[in-house]
Amino acid sequence: MDSIRDLAPIIVVIACFQLLVFRQPIPDLGGLLFGTLQVVIGLTLFIQGLKIGLFPIGESMAHDFASKGSILWLILFAFALGFGTTIAEPALIAISDEAARVAAAGGMIQQAPEKMKAYADGLRLTVAISVGLAIVIGVIRIIKGWPVQYLIMGGYAGVVIMTGFAPPEIIGIAYDSGGVTTSTITVPLVTALGVGLASSIRGRNPMTDGFGLIAFASLTPMIFVMAYGMLL
Amino acid sequence: MNWLMEFLDTLQATVVDVLPIAAILLGFQLFVLRKNIRNLKQVLIGFGLVLLGLAFFLEGLEQALFPLGKLMAEQLTAPEFLGISEATAERESDWSHYLWVYLFAFAIGLSTTIAEPSLIAVAIKANQVSGGAVGTWGLRIAVALGVAIGISLGAYRIVSGTPLHYYIITGYIIVLIQTVFCPKSIIALAYDSGGVTTSTVTVPLVAALGLGLSSTIPGRNPMLDGFGLIAFASLFPIMSVMGYAQISEWLAKRAKKTRVRD
Repeated sequence: MDSIRDLAPIIVVIACFQLLVFRQPIPDLGGLLFGTLQVVIGLTLFIQGLKIGLFPIGESMAHDFASKGSILWLILFAFALGFGTTIAEPALIAISDEAARVAAAGGMIQQAPEKMKAYADGLRLTVAISVGLAIVIGVIRIIKGWPVQYLIMGGYAGVVIMTGFAPPEIIGIAYDSGGVTTSTITVPLVTALGVGLASSIRGRNPMTDGFGLIAFASLTPMIFVMAYGMLL
Repeated sequence: MNWLMEFLDTLQATVVDVLPIAAILLGFQLFVLRKNIRNLKQVLIGFGLVLLGLAFFLEGLEQALFPLGKLMAEQLTAPEFLGISEATAERESDWSHYLWVYLFAFAIGLSTTIAEPSLIAVAIKANQVSGGAVGTWGLRIAVALGVAIGISLGAYRIVSGTPLHYYIITGYIIVLIQTVFCPKSIIALAYDSGGVTTSTVTVPLVAALGLGLSSTIPGRNPMLDGFGLIAFASLFPIMSVMGYAQISEWLAKRAKKTRVRD
């Protein structure tokens, strides 16, 4: 069982800190073990499902799009995938509500529930659009075979420049929003899409060209969220 | 019975999360590609397993690991544990005072990243694509070390109160320099590994640590300083993965040299 090995470090860390640093017994040991057992079962099932379900469908769709030869549809698909997987992401919903509270406390928007909800929804939409665009840019890059580092460096420059102009309250949230956009189901699908595309297009190497989509998806939200903070 | 209800709730939430993705995939497959899905039955079983697996995974974390981990983050950052009171407020600059916090940040970053499902997915794919050249465990440990260092440094930033963007911009410059020197085939994968580290397992625990620290330490505003730990956790793995590639390349070269000499 590989999953037990995956989980062992967390158990060790928690046990060590509880017993050695706080010198307290572990509360509800039975519950902890039962929960851990569920996590192990869950991880095993997830990885199995990944191998027989998510990876094959991502790759077969990439192959089909490549052989169909319609770039427009591929781009639409890429945008839909990025946008659709992000807009409902629970971590994003949590962070945009938090951001609305920060903005209200900082006096950027009125401290009224409907204003805060509008701010949070706008932020979510902004991030989802930026992830959709990121996947589109990433797919175009794979088709054209551009080196990933130039685009990423351009993105970094964008982040740095925006940091200089964005209101300070939004910077922390913007930087964090890059990390929360890529969920557990999006990552395998998007990775399979990129690798599948790169291996179906002649002259592309799946290793150098196939990866990188997730990197774009974590970079564009930072720029867009800072822009959102500047415009409002 | 109680457990079953909670489990079904989690399962339902997971299904709702996955629905838009499934709709997009199905819509494009049927209406644009107009092809039947190869091995439809297997793919459906796979989706089922992913859903069920995620529900078990989240439910288990929620029940057992998160409460204890969050409790620890709160205890570690409690004023009594850190010895902060009105009288000793000026001692805040003494970094060694927070040694346990940094150690906890390091350990929790390392161990949660190893268990992060999206990182496992990317590692499996990278291993396949590279024909075994990128080891699954090698990549995962490299990323986990990056997250661990990143979160410890992020905790130090909250304690010392330096602006977030100084660290991030310095990090970008280091990434830029490393990109020039590291093997070309690893660059895209290294950039990707920054994005995959922070999801289900890491974020809740790390957020609890950041919030606890910034609300305890005098002069910090949890609204302003509590954010940013996740940004550290996404930046440092890029460096550690490129570093890992550089070290493996260097070792391979050295091994070749000694072989030639023999």
